[in-house]
Amino acid sequence: MSVLLIAEHNNKEVKPFTLNAITAASQIDQDLHVLLIGSKADDVAKSLSEVPLVKKVLHIDHEIYENYIAENYTAAILKHADKYSHIICSANTFGKNLMPRVAALLDISQVSDIIKVISPDTFLRPIYAGNAFATVKSNDEKKCVTIRPTSFEAAETTGGSAEIEKLDAADQSENTKFINREEIKSDRPELGTARIVISGGRGLQSGENFKLITDVADKLNAAIGASRAAVDAGYITNEHQVGQTGKVVVPDLYIAVGISGAIQHLAGMKESKVIVAINKDGEAPIFSVADYGLEADLFEALPQFLEELNKLNTIQK
Amino acid sequence: MKILVAVKRVIDYNVQIRVKEDGSGVVTDNVKMSTNPPDDNAIEEAVKIKESGKATEIIAVTVGEEKAQETVRKALAVGADRGIHVKVDGTIEPLAVSKILKKIVEKENPDLVFMGKQAIDDDCNQTGQMLAAHLNWPQATFASKIEVNDKSLQVTREVDEGLETIEVNTPAIITCDLRLNEPRYASLPNIMKAKKKPIEQINASDLGVDTNPRIEHIKIEEPPKRKAGIKVASVEELVQKLKNEAKVI
Repeated sequence: MSVLLIAEHNNKEVKPFTLNAITAASQIDQDLHVLLIGSKADDVAKSLSEVPLVKKVLHIDHEIYENYIAENYTAAILKHADKYSHIICSANTFGKNLMPRVAALLDISQVSDIIKVISPDTFLRPIYAGNAFATVKSNDEKKCVTIRPTSFEAAETTGGSAEIEKLDAADQSENTKFINREEIKSDRPELGTARIVISGGRGLQSGENFKLITDVADKLNAAIGASRAAVDAGYITNEHQVGQTGKVVVPDLYIAVGISGAIQHLAGMKESKVIVAINKDGEAPIFSVADYGLEADLFEALPQFLEELNKLNTIQK
Repeated sequence: MKILVAVKRVIDYNVQIRVKEDGSGVVTDNVKMSTNPPDDNAIEEAVKIKESGKATEIIAVTVGEEKAQETVRKALAVGADRGIHVKVDGTIEPLAVSKILKKIVEKENPDLVFMGKQAIDDDCNQTGQMLAAHLNWPQATFASKIEVNDKSLQVTREVDEGLETIEVNTPAIITCDLRLNEPRYASLPNIMKAKKKPIEQINASDLGVDTNPRIEHIKIEEPPKRKAGIKVASVEELVQKLKNEAKVI
């Protein structure tokens, strides 16, 4: 049996999280096929075929797949899912929306958001927002699994030459219509994939004071995050929120400024490689997860921090 | 228009989870329980739609042990008209919950089903999509804005890239994001009134749904602890450590 991975893309290129999911899928079974459902997405098919871990690309090309609609994708997947032991995709908003619909129609109890493949039927997954880890074994004959992208390295993208097989489209759903998508454009790296993230909390005291964060972010080419308290107080918009109810981030460096470290925030950042906390309250829970803690008034520390960074000429862009 | 809202009883989001020493689960004895947070948004949205005159009845449903009824009672206190409690003991997976909810939908014939996008205990994020699949209804997940039209809804969804808007014909399933609205608190008079509202009890076993778990929980453990960090005395020291020790800048 082989495993089938559902690719996420925008008809021009593969979305990065699909490459992390490919790595996880190949750990379940090396005979990995990728299903690409799209419209005029030949370039995507070609780039997937060049991923060395991919053994075969199945390509369904039809105008009804110009926009991603879970109902239409599900019908297409079910048409071709028969001969696979596992159906896999990334556990971001794409896969979270799609996979349960597929699993229900196959009468499979899905395993969501795994962070480790222990064996082809046993996986490690976080529960309670990462406050506990569960080792789970699926007893369904066929398995539907979603992958937490930040827990697996991205697959290599060059050197492979998998066969591309064209497949038929399925019926279109009459009851769901795509209207539009507003992508938030920014010159900064995206919060979910940035190498460095600097986040502000209620300690910033106002939206204007977030400028202190922005200045450091500019210098470090970092994404800007925030605690739920800062978002609720209106200092910054909610797409910056890091935490259980916001985004989960795993950067190389996470700098928490004026953030006390509520459970809900820690759940979104504590897997970061290196954590820095700057807070004037030495007892703040954020210090319990910080590699480097600086007990200081952020209004003095941040300008100094920027000054020290300016003295270094080695910031990696 | 009739709206069914599904709610789940979970450990309160402010509680620090403790893992049982034998690895069999997390401690729930004497722990504060509440309605799953985005389920509160689901109830709130249904009540708002009813207040705008576009819905006539709201039914709150939960699937779970005896005490799960508390979440239905709370939904009644903020504006649901009546409740249904499907009783089942022990672990129940989203697949089984979705099959039970399908039976309730077939019995009640709602035009819309609302629920939270994800429960904060098992973090599965499955039930709404699975129910939509069983019913062959359209799904609008992670909703942060809902506009109700005559025979359809326009739903803005929170997606990785930003916001996506789709239109779904009714009947439809909507799963709610925390950004959808600000749930209200129940007033004391409404809590008293809610005590008189009816809650129908149904045994899951009477619905003919197989609720046996398909996934075995082999072990529940604490996540690996981060190694203890250090406090630095100054910004200069911090920058030096980041550059020379951690090598991240």
